[in-house]
Parts: sequence; structure tokens; C-alpha cells
Amino acid sequence: MRIQFIDAYSRLDSPIHRWPAWLKLAVAGAGMGCLIALPFSGWPFWIVWASLLIAGFGMAKIPAGFVLRRLILFEPLVFGVALLAWFQPHGGWIFLTLMAKSTLCLLTMIWLSNTTPFSHLLRILQRCRVPTLLVTTLALMYRYLFVLVDETDRMRQARASRTFRQRKRQDWKSLAAIIGVLFVRTTERAERIYAAMCARGWK
Amino acid sequence: MHIPDGFLDMKTAAASAVVSGAGLALALRWAQRTVAANARPLMGLAAAFIFAAQMLNFPVLGGTSGHLMGAVLAAALLGPAAAVVVMTAVLMVQCFLFNDGGVLSLGANLFNMAIAAPVAGGAVYALLKRALPGQRGVILAAFVAAWFSTMLAATCCAGQLALSRAAGWNVVFPAMFHVHLFIGLGEALITTLILAAILRVRPELLAKAAIPGSGPTMGMFLLWGGLLALGLALFVAPHASPLPDGLEYVAGKLGFEHKASAAPLLPTPLPDYQLAGKTGNWSTGWAGAIGVLVVFTLGWGMALVLVPAARNEAVHGASLH
Repeated sequence: MRIQFIDAYSRLDSPIHRWPAWLKLAVAGAGMGCLIALPFSGWPFWIVWASLLIAGFGMAKIPAGFVLRRLILFEPLVFGVALLAWFQPHGGWIFLTLMAKSTLCLLTMIWLSNTTPFSHLLRILQRCRVPTLLVTTLALMYRYLFVLVDETDRMRQARASRTFRQRKRQDWKSLAAIIGVLFVRTTERAERIYAAMCARGWK
Repeated sequence: MHIPDGFLDMKTAAASAVVSGAGLALALRWAQRTVAANARPLMGLAAAFIFAAQMLNFPVLGGTSGHLMGAVLAAALLGPAAAVVVMTAVLMVQCFLFNDGGVLSLGANLFNMAIAAPVAGGAVYALLKRALPGQRGVILAAFVAAWFSTMLAATCCAGQLALSRAAGWNVVFPAMFHVHLFIGLGEALITTLILAAILRVRPELLAKAAIPGSGPTMGMFLLWGGLLALGLALFVAPHASPLPDGLEYVAGKLGFEHKASAAPLLPTPLPDYQLAGKTGNWSTGWAGAIGVLVVFTLGWGMALVLVPAARNEAVHGASLH
């Protein structure tokens, strides 16, 4: 399954993985709250938080290569938005502050999502009395995400092996057709799932 | 358009979280009351579907590629209330599992892409579809609505960034607006191509929203409208200040910018400084006006190309409406 990269390391076994989910959520939330609230003069905290994060990644045995790859995936976006900040008085400093804060927050989230299984986060939502409809939707989405992305991949592969074309226009049309067919299959699958869930006593 | 963590300050993050929370609660209430039990699993599956669809990259010029946002696609396929819940689930998974978009800016991202885009886009879609029956109406309505929803989300996003002082409104708004004129066209193109593909194989899926009973009521539309207006008043209206940029800069330096930027909610029509040649707002306004014309023309062109006349006639009145 190609999609395993999403939260690939969330089910490892390490001291950090054994922490309760609410604790990890609270630590990450508190850290990011401080990062956002502190102005540029609070930079010593950046160094403290960065070293804590390095220790956290080390204890959770998450490979540095994975963290770097994930960082590189989203850093251009951060850079692009931060660049817009340059065009104002004292823009250089604001740019640096935004880059540092944003990168540290991103690292914190990478740490959180790769030490905590999604189902544990859902249980927290449930305990906070978030309406069942949203929790069920999230749970079903997580369950079938991998199935549907695999299905998309299979369709794309099948298309690529049958149509040798250089023309972009055709590309768009056939990609859209794949998504269209995916939706039709999704509705049919949802009907089967509903029947199966009812058969097992779901209300 | 996902705002990462670190760009929004506390007040913007908190304000948008409150507005989004209210919007989501409204959508959940509405969906819980109207969506039939046998359609509920489809909401989770549809969220996974939107996520999977977003992962397909559409090639654009020179090796770059774009992908779908899907707010109007969800609204067209599922109805607006279910679309809000589905887009919320998509953004939450992207945030917590994929680290795309920040947690503290989740409220802002939810407002832009899971509330403003599907609700306003869905309203435009429903209105245009009613005005123009038949499959061609579906295509034109989806094209215009998808473009509009992208522009709206981009404008709100620019407003939130400017409100947090992450970037000046006079920089971030034109940048976002002009770039998204084109990104919106891509979104519109992808959305209509997908809908046309579904119309070809299973037109009945689009005859009514796939989740029965999630049709809007008048009261709900009023509540939604109020919520969207509140969001726009919070994020965008403060920047529609009739002060020239230079004055704003001076005001900022002297430290009374806060007072100066408390703009009236209803800007006076054509204040004289605009006629005196403040080109920035004019060029954006023209770009928007020309954009709307171009989008309607392109949408109609897409409708003519994607739906043959025979099918449009045959289906008119039978399967749609």
C-alpha cells in the first residue's frame, strides 16, 4: 500500500508511543501555543523546543530521513506564504520569525501524528462530546482512505498501461473520468457497508 | 491554500475557530436531522473519496501540477450540509495525519475550505442549476460555482493572514487573488470534467443529492448567510479600509493603526480617492469583473462540449428535476 506514508510510524512501540494520547496532545498543543504567542524576542524558547523535539523523535525511534522528507514536502508552502511577509516594514525579521515558528510547529505535528494512532485521537474527540456523526465520519474515512487510494492507484495504472498518449488534454479528461468512476464505486461500496454494518447490529 | 501553523496570531485563530465551530455545529445538526440512516456511511466514504481525488495530480504547463479542492464537487454530489461535514473530515485528517495545514490554524482553514467554499459555492451551484435546467445547466453551474468558491476561499485566507499581520493586505490580497483567478479555473475545469464523467455513466446520481434529505431549508440558508457574513466582516472587511496604503504605513509607525483600520462595514461606493487613480483596487476589481465574464463564457463552452445536445434534451425534465 503506497498510502502507508500517511502516519507510517504511529503504531511503533516506544516509551513515547505508550504515553496516553491526551498527554501527547496536551504537550504538543502547549508547545505550539507558546510558539505562536511569543514574539521574536522569545527566540531562546525556539532552541529549547527544537532540542525537546529532537529528543522526542529520538525516543520515539522515528527515522530522521522520514521527518526530513515530510518537512521538505511542506516547507515550500511555508516559504511561499512567509515570503509575502517580506513586503512590509521590518519584513526580514517577520519572515525569519514566521519561518522558525512555522517549521517548529510543523515538526511538532509530525511528531504527534507519528506517535499517536488516529483512533486514539478519535477517542479523545468522542470523550469531548463531539457529535457522533462527525466521529463516525472520521472513523469511516480513516478506515476506507487506504482502500480508495489503492483503488485509484489501480485505475490509474490500468489507464497508463492502455493509453500511450502525449496529449495533456486527454490526460485531464481521463483523470477526471477515473475520479468519476471512483465516486460511482464509492456510493456502491457505501451501500454494501451499510448492509454489513446493519447485519452486525449497528444503529 | 492550507495555512500552516505559525502564521496566524491568537486572536485570528480563536475568532476563526469560533466561527467555524458554529458553522460545523449547524451543519452537523442539519445533517443529523435530515440525512437518512442508510446514507450516513456514505459520508465517511465520500470524505475518503475526496481525499483520494485530491491526491491525483493534474499536469499543468512545465512540469507543475495542480489538484482538486473538491468543495463544490462535494456540495453538488452530497448537498451542502453533508459537504460541510465531509470537507471538515478531510481537512482534519490532512491536518492530523498528513500535517498539511496547521492545528492552530485549523479553524481558519475550516472556515475557508469546509464552510465558506461548499456553502457559498453550493448556493451558487443550486441557483444557477435552477435557472438553467438540463445537464448543460449542471456543467455551467458547477463551473461557475467551483471558480467562485476558490476565489472566496482565497480572499478569506488573505484576510486572515493580513489580520494576523503575517503580511500586508495590499501584498497578500492581490497575490492570492490573481493567482487564484487561474487556480480557480483549474478547479472549475476538474470539477466539471468529473461531473460530466458521472453524468455519462450514472446521471441519476446527480438528479438529486446522493444523500437524500439534506436539501436546504429557508431558515438554514439564513443562518448560513449570517455566518458567512460574520466571517467576511471579521476577516475581509477591516482591510477594505478607505485609507491609502501610505497613510496606513504612517499610522502603523505612529502606533494608532488599530484605530485607523477600524473601517466601516459598508464601504462608501466609489470614494473619490479611487477615481483619483488608486490603481491597486481598480486593477483587482477589473480582473474580478473580467474573470466573472470569462468564467461564464468558459462554463457555457464546457457545457456545450461536454453535453451533446441530444442528451441535454433527452434528460431535460426526465431525470433531472
